[in-house]
This record gives sequence, C-alpha cells and structure tokens, in this order.
Amino acid sequence: MAGPMKMRATAQGGTTEVRVLMTHPMTTAQMKDQPLHFIQNVVVKQNGKTVIEAEISQAVSRNPVFSFRLKGGAKGDKIEVSWLDNKGESNTIETAVA
Amino acid sequence: MTRFSATIVVLGLVAVPAAAQDTRKEIQKYQQMIAEGSPVELFELEGETLWKKPQGPNNVSLEKCDLGQGPGVLKGAYARLPRYFKDADRVMDLETRLLHCMTTLQGRSRDEATKRVFGNENQPSEMEYLSAYIAAQSRGVKLAAGNSHPKEKEAYELGKALFFYRAGAWDMSCASCHGEDNKRIRLQDLPVLYKPQSARPIMATWPAYRVSNSQFKTMQWRLNDCYRQMRYPEPKFASEATNALNTFLTVTAAGEPYRGPGTKR
Amino acid sequence: MTRRSLLAFLALLLAKPLSVLAAWNEQAFGAKTAADALKGIDASAPAPSKDIAIDAPQIAENGAVVPIEISSSVPGTTAIAVVIEKNPFPLAARFEFKEGALPFVKLNVKMAETSDVRVVAFAGGKQFTATREIKVTIGGCGG
Repeated sequence: MAGPMKMRATAQGGTTEVRVLMTHPMTTAQMKDQPLHFIQNVVVKQNGKTVIEAEISQAVSRNPVFSFRLKGGAKGDKIEVSWLDNKGESNTIETAVA
Repeated sequence: MTRFSATIVVLGLVAVPAAAQDTRKEIQKYQQMIAEGSPVELFELEGETLWKKPQGPNNVSLEKCDLGQGPGVLKGAYARLPRYFKDADRVMDLETRLLHCMTTLQGRSRDEATKRVFGNENQPSEMEYLSAYIAAQSRGVKLAAGNSHPKEKEAYELGKALFFYRAGAWDMSCASCHGEDNKRIRLQDLPVLYKPQSARPIMATWPAYRVSNSQFKTMQWRLNDCYRQMRYPEPKFASEATNALNTFLTVTAAGEPYRGPGTKR
Repeated sequence: MTRRSLLAFLALLLAKPLSVLAAWNEQAFGAKTAADALKGIDASAPAPSKDIAIDAPQIAENGAVVPIEISSSVPGTTAIAVVIEKNPFPLAARFEFKEGALPFVKLNVKMAETSDVRVVAFAGGKQFTATREIKVTIGGCGG
C-alpha cells in the first residue's frame, strides 16, 4: 500500500501553482540489499485533461516533492496527480484549486 | 605605509572572510530551498492518523491526552513544552508526555510503547510521526517552556549543569562542541546553544526531517545521538536527564516563534 | 480478429490503468554517460541558451536532496530534461508540458558528487541547454 500523498494547488495572478508531496523510497541501484524501487511516471491533470507527463528516475530524491505551474486556472478547478513506479504500484491524489 | 599599499593590505584581509561568507550564504540558500520543498508534511499526516487511532488494552485514541493546554488541545502545546505536569509530578517534554498518555489513557505497557522509539527511513516510529503532527500545530507560536514551577527551575538548572559537565570516554560535554563561537564540523556551523540568539533558530526547528538519511528525528533522538557521538553511555528515553537538557535548551530559546517541523541535512 | 475479441481487447486496454499506457525511456535512463543520455532523448547537440533559468544553491549540504527550480522562457518549450553529468545514470527526469502547463518545475534530485547539472529544453523541434555547477559536500554531525 502506497504511503500518503499531499497536494496544494493555489491560483495566483493568472497561473495555478501546484505543490505535490509523494511518499516513496526511490531506492537506487547503488543501494545494496534493497530492490530497485522508484517512481517512473507522473501525470498531472487539470479538470480531467492531461497537462504534464513526466518520466522520472531513481535520481529523484526519496519522498519526492514537485512544484508545477499551470496556465490560468480558477478556484475549484480539479487538479489530479498520479504516479506509477517500476513495480507497478501507483497512487493518486485530487485537490481543488484554492 | 603608503595609501596604495594600505588599500592592498585591507583588500587582502577582507578577501578571505568574504569567501567564507559566500559559502555560508549558499548553504543558507540550500537550507531555505530544502525547507520549501520538504516532505515533512507527509509525516504530519501520518501523525494525525496515529493521534486518532484507538490503541492498547483500553482501545482509545490519544485525542484526550493533555499536553499542557488541556485534554486534546494541540494548538500551541508543543511550543510550551517541556513543562511541569501535576498528574505525573515531573517536568515532561513532548515524547515523555506522549509516553505518559500511551500508558495511562491507552493502558499500554511502558515496554511496549517504548519498544521502538527511534525509527528509520523505511519505517518511522510512532513517536516520530506523532511529534511531527503535534509540533506542526505550534507553527508561529512563541517558544515558552515552563520556567516558573520549582521543578521547572530545577530541571533548567540540572540541564545547564549537564550541558557543561564533562564526562564519558572522551571527557566531553555538550559545550565541547556547542560552547564556543565560530566552531564548525566540516561545513556545518556549530551553534552555541547556551546563548539565546543561537539556540532560538535551532529549537524553533526541531523535530526535523533529515535529508541525509530521509528520517524524521525528534529531540529525544537528538540528545541520544549527541551522547552517542561523545561516546557516553546511552541516556534512557524520557529520562530526567534528557528532560532537563531539553528544558535548558528550550528555555534558552524562549520567545522565538516556532517554525514547525524542520528540514535539515 | 473477430469483432467480439477486438472489443474484448479494447475493453482490456481501456480498463488498464496508467501501467499499460505509460512509457518510460529505459535506454536513456539506463545510459551511463551524459552523452549517451542526451542521445537517448534526442538532444545530442543542444544549443546553449540564456532563456533557461536554473535556480539552485551552489553548495548542497548533502547530495541526497538537491533542490532545483527550472524555468524555460524559450518560446514554445514543450519539454524539459534534467541531466546530472557525474551521476552513475545521468538522466534524472524528463517533463513534457502539454497545452495548459507552463515550462516550469521544481524538484529534488540526488547528486553523487559535485557536478554540472544540465537542463535541456525542447522547443519547436530544436533543443536548447543551460548548465549550473552544484557542489556537493560531506556534512558535519547533522543538526
């Protein structure tokens, strides 16, 4: 079971600032005794439409925190962020823009 | 000396400290950026879940635990710890008080509740999660550890004595590292912790997430680890000594607005 | 293929979550040199650009978490990639910005040692780049 995610999306001056926190070990190939386990894909959707698609790697720090910026956006817009890792595990969070 | 050569000398003297200042500034920028992009809130979330989870033989949550501001009152509670608690007749810091609530409210044994007080990156401990959540509820509140009750004053004096007391295999005290200005270990400045202006930013940012090992660490851990580094025997969790030291440090930092769980190297 | 089996196949495809549909450039992420990583993302010879802003500290107290904020004002930027030259696997991440997203990202990366951090911006079929050196230190005790 994936650990918690947290997200905050705020509309300010014509853009929407999205900050998302993900619980994930992001273990690397260098770490002995630990299987390689890291997020590979991140998808950001605004009101159901995909706006950002990311491929990331074990080089991203443990418990990743990302900030993104979307064009426009109003209070109440739905922002959804999902991740998928190399083991096929995934998690998703949806927040309304504040 | 001519004015020309005097200027050269002055510039030469200024050049070296300037480089050190640049390093300090860049490190401050690093510290600021990791704090802004810190996963610390994830620990606060888990802590909230644990606070509300019924546990122990009594099958109750910790929600009625009195951390000094009344049963279940979390706002500003951490900033006012350690303090004297009448029901236990002793000065208690957050973790000591949580242990008290785990045993009295939830009916858990001390052994069970302290079986794993310090966790790791894959499995933080209950104390660590709870500390993150509860400390977060004191964001912006001025540090005001108890300093009026006779036992609080006694704890302060004991903490101060311990701070300067040299012992252990290496004949060190806290003051060996934290008692003199302008000391550092590699690139890390060592704050002089008996001085308010140095203690304040430190006590305002513990407990904290440590990026170097992805672990969330508490004050009980910090004190324990300092003793380990000095090659002392391990202090007991929630002991009078650790509470006294925590009291001394927090009282020294009094008045500083608590910033919330920190993010550190 | 019969219509029924085609429909069944399509239903299966649509029912699958992110896993089937998400691609991951194994070759590029597995590259062990910056040059191979750049080749893997079709950016072998990016043109230096002053329109890529990299905001990061010059010194990282610890290489496990190095904060980097990237913004591209190259017109028509559709993607940004982060390559950490001295990492065992230099390609760290690639972000694709579709209609509605700004070419901006802040992330925390791991750096094995002091290294150049190279950002590649993809715009209008061309590639642009900027780099920033970040020093990684071994810290002290750990307050």
